[in-house]
Amino acid sequence: MSSIILSALWGVVMMFSGIFLKKKSLAKYIALLGIAALLTVNFLEYYNIWYIYADIRQMLKFTSFGQVFNAIVFACTLLFFLLNASEFEAMGPDVYEYYALIFFVLCGVGIAVSFNTLLMLFIGIEIITIPLYILAGSEKRNLRSNEASIKYFLMGVFSTGIMLMGIAFLYGATGTFYIDSMNLGVESLRPMILIGIVLLMVAMSFKVSAAPFHFWVPDVYDGAPTAVTSFMATIVKVASFVAFLHLFDTAFGKMHADWQLLIALITAATLFIGNITAVFQQSVKRMLAYSSVAHAGFMMFALWSLNTFAREGLILYAAAYSLATIGSFAVLAKMKDYSLEGFNGLGKTQPLLALTNTIFLLSLTGIPLTAGFFAKYFMLMGAVKSGTHLWLVIFAVLMAAVSAYYYFRVIQAMYFKEGNAQVTPVSPVFRITLCVTAALIILLGMFPGLLLKGLYY
Amino acid sequence: MNPNDVFITFPELLIWFPLLSGLVAFFLTKGDTAKRWAVISSFITVAIVAVSFFFTDKNYFHYNNVSYVWMPSIGSSFALMYDGMGRMLCLLTALAFPLAFLTTYNTNYAKPNHFYGLMLLSQTGLMGVFCAMDALVFYFFWELAIIPIYFLASLWGGERRIQVTFKFFVYTFVASLLLMVGIIYVYLHTPDHSFALSSFLKAALSPGQEKFVFWLFFAAFAVKMPLFPFHTWQPDAYEQAAAPVTMILSGVMVKMGVFALIRWLIPVFPHATGVFTPIVIGLAVTGMVYASLIAWVQDDLKRLVAYSSIVHVGLMCAAIFARNQSGVEGVMLQMFNHGINIIGLWIVVELIESHFGTRKISRLGGIAASTPVLTIFLVIIALANIALPLTNAFVGEFLMFNGVFQYGKWTAAIALITIILSAVYTLNMVQKVFYGNTNALTASGEGMVKRSAAVALTVVVILILLLGIYPKLLLDLTKDTVNEFISRVAGML
Repeated sequence: MSSIILSALWGVVMMFSGIFLKKKSLAKYIALLGIAALLTVNFLEYYNIWYIYADIRQMLKFTSFGQVFNAIVFACTLLFFLLNASEFEAMGPDVYEYYALIFFVLCGVGIAVSFNTLLMLFIGIEIITIPLYILAGSEKRNLRSNEASIKYFLMGVFSTGIMLMGIAFLYGATGTFYIDSMNLGVESLRPMILIGIVLLMVAMSFKVSAAPFHFWVPDVYDGAPTAVTSFMATIVKVASFVAFLHLFDTAFGKMHADWQLLIALITAATLFIGNITAVFQQSVKRMLAYSSVAHAGFMMFALWSLNTFAREGLILYAAAYSLATIGSFAVLAKMKDYSLEGFNGLGKTQPLLALTNTIFLLSLTGIPLTAGFFAKYFMLMGAVKSGTHLWLVIFAVLMAAVSAYYYFRVIQAMYFKEGNAQVTPVSPVFRITLCVTAALIILLGMFPGLLLKGLYY
Repeated sequence: MNPNDVFITFPELLIWFPLLSGLVAFFLTKGDTAKRWAVISSFITVAIVAVSFFFTDKNYFHYNNVSYVWMPSIGSSFALMYDGMGRMLCLLTALAFPLAFLTTYNTNYAKPNHFYGLMLLSQTGLMGVFCAMDALVFYFFWELAIIPIYFLASLWGGERRIQVTFKFFVYTFVASLLLMVGIIYVYLHTPDHSFALSSFLKAALSPGQEKFVFWLFFAAFAVKMPLFPFHTWQPDAYEQAAAPVTMILSGVMVKMGVFALIRWLIPVFPHATGVFTPIVIGLAVTGMVYASLIAWVQDDLKRLVAYSSIVHVGLMCAAIFARNQSGVEGVMLQMFNHGINIIGLWIVVELIESHFGTRKISRLGGIAASTPVLTIFLVIIALANIALPLTNAFVGEFLMFNGVFQYGKWTAAIALITIILSAVYTLNMVQKVFYGNTNALTASGEGMVKRSAAVALTVVVILILLLGIYPKLLLDLTKDTVNEFISRVAGML
């Protein structure tokens, strides 16, 4: 609760400081202060030391799962700010506003992961996406950025409409918005309930960019400023996933058998389209966009299996995927040339950037000793445990092997190809943060229990 | 002996020591320091293994076995065991690295600190595989061993190295992922939800499930060995990688697959093994004949050795699946001996290539005239490759053929053809490369054997003769593993 309030307040603080402080470079310090405060209050609330109580009629429910996830989100945002400070300043004149919008997104994330009614889900998801429409178009003079913004807006609004429709159906059939007391057992209203569930599934698939509702992703991710893409592809996506899982677990878990096959098909399609299309990309930014679709496919396993492993796996996946993708995008943002050839010889010109980027890419591939391995491992464990559809698991690992192909092409370009990769100047803080991110990935790759223990406090 | 009295166990030492020294090697950027460091480190590793042989008694249990809590929530612990087979393969791993380093001591690789650092890291992965007692730990090291090799083989080697190594990587990665699914599947069927080997052996799998999961495991091991028809990455990879990397790949890494069959496949899936034995042995024998025929017509020394390796590994696989005392004892001997012999062959090939600049048999000839020393070494190693009596390979191959013969007479008969073929292609190679007329290229053979390489070759030849005359050393060492394996599989034939 306190982190939701604080993040909304801090967004306002950021906007006002934009009016009074003229210096662009101060914005990052205020933003870092805000993130540090958010981490602290989340921590205090987690240990029940200090929290705000407000009578919200059970519309939001705060669990250790949500708080651990919030901690991941805030920590990742902290790293994201440290890595992308100069990108924010280069994006346009309104640096304070960009940071403010990010804080509003964080407020939405807080609501979306702890909702207990469909209304709160809707509000949370909307608070997340509306600032992003603006951020995607923040490079005003760049046509592609404008295109990204308008595409994202149209698709986002479209899916919001579908979501509202689904909520309306469910409300009509059950008479309540509360997901934990929804009576899904009325036989005569079954078609309405099923329609509601399918509509919500479609809407959420839009938000998490699962195939076949992923068409907006490549253009939006490619057109938006790299820093914004990195935020959208990681924190926003995993938060939507947590909301997706929470909704289908708590509200529709009883009807799992009815919608499981549909999820399986979406999963298979997402894995296939994401991975196969990524193979053919020449621009690393576009490749990472498709790879984020592919990872959505892996995260869909949590919904498919709906057991403890899956929930733990989603937390691990959220951390592993966000850390690695934020890092990889941060390195990309420093490159002068975003194409694969642009990476040629980075190992010689910038050994540290190349090394950390290798760790990020290995983690995305799922090689042991990186966090990505255990993320995939838990997901697959949940999926194998859940039942008899082993074909999907085998299909998923084959697709993971395909993903090795395009991630390793970047590694090959960095180390094995001759070239003179050019980067914009990087600050010592950037280097240190990259190292910290890589170290966190390896730490989680050795001891995933550190994170999972937190769920059972 | 109280476990608390033990400061560090041997398997841990063998994993952490190369890891640390490998990481240190990355920072030794000056001149030859990384190379010297790597040689010293690899010698220390040999010394550690040597010392460990004095602590094989049951009283020293806590020096050889260790288990730490790793991920209690899913029942995985960092468990290592150092049994007979593990000891032997760790010895092979420990020996292979100094031999590889000494052979190429006069070659200067670009960025030596990276080269030697990665080499030592790959040693860590290999040691881990041979000591792991927990399926998750095993898988961890199984995959980790590939990553340094991937970089080593892509950065140093022939012109086509990048594509070839990538092919190798994709092959093994796909197979490893299937293995991961298999491990998860078995884990979920263990009675106590644990990744420990002992729980895997008790897994409650129905025959149908076993038959399915068997292939998930087998694919990973077959690619690594490599067994026909999963072998297509191998000749290319051996040909293109730098010599020390090839030595590790063929001498030690191949044994990962063979080792895993004995430890992780057959005991865990007794029923499926029984059902699929004819298929696997059929593949192995087909591969042996096929690879022998191809080796016959090779003009490239490296490819010839690569195909001859497929023959030997195919025989090991067949002998393991024959599942009898003689066959498995032979496999134990041959795992070690094949490693030594093939490293010896690579040393000779590397000396020839670095001196004359070619590996084409048709362009070489009459080297014996200028380097009698190398010729003597080569002839002994070549005879070992054919498994002549008094060389180390003879006893192993004899026991293995005996084992396969007990399984099926006709199978053994077909497999025996490869012995003749191996004599044909090996002696053919010796004759064409070392004897015959000296041409303009090969006249300048003097001084091609540097002192460090001579030391490496001497060690190889001593091992060949020693183990050829007294194979009991290895048989005694691995007795516990063989007995356990036989008692486990005895009931299921």
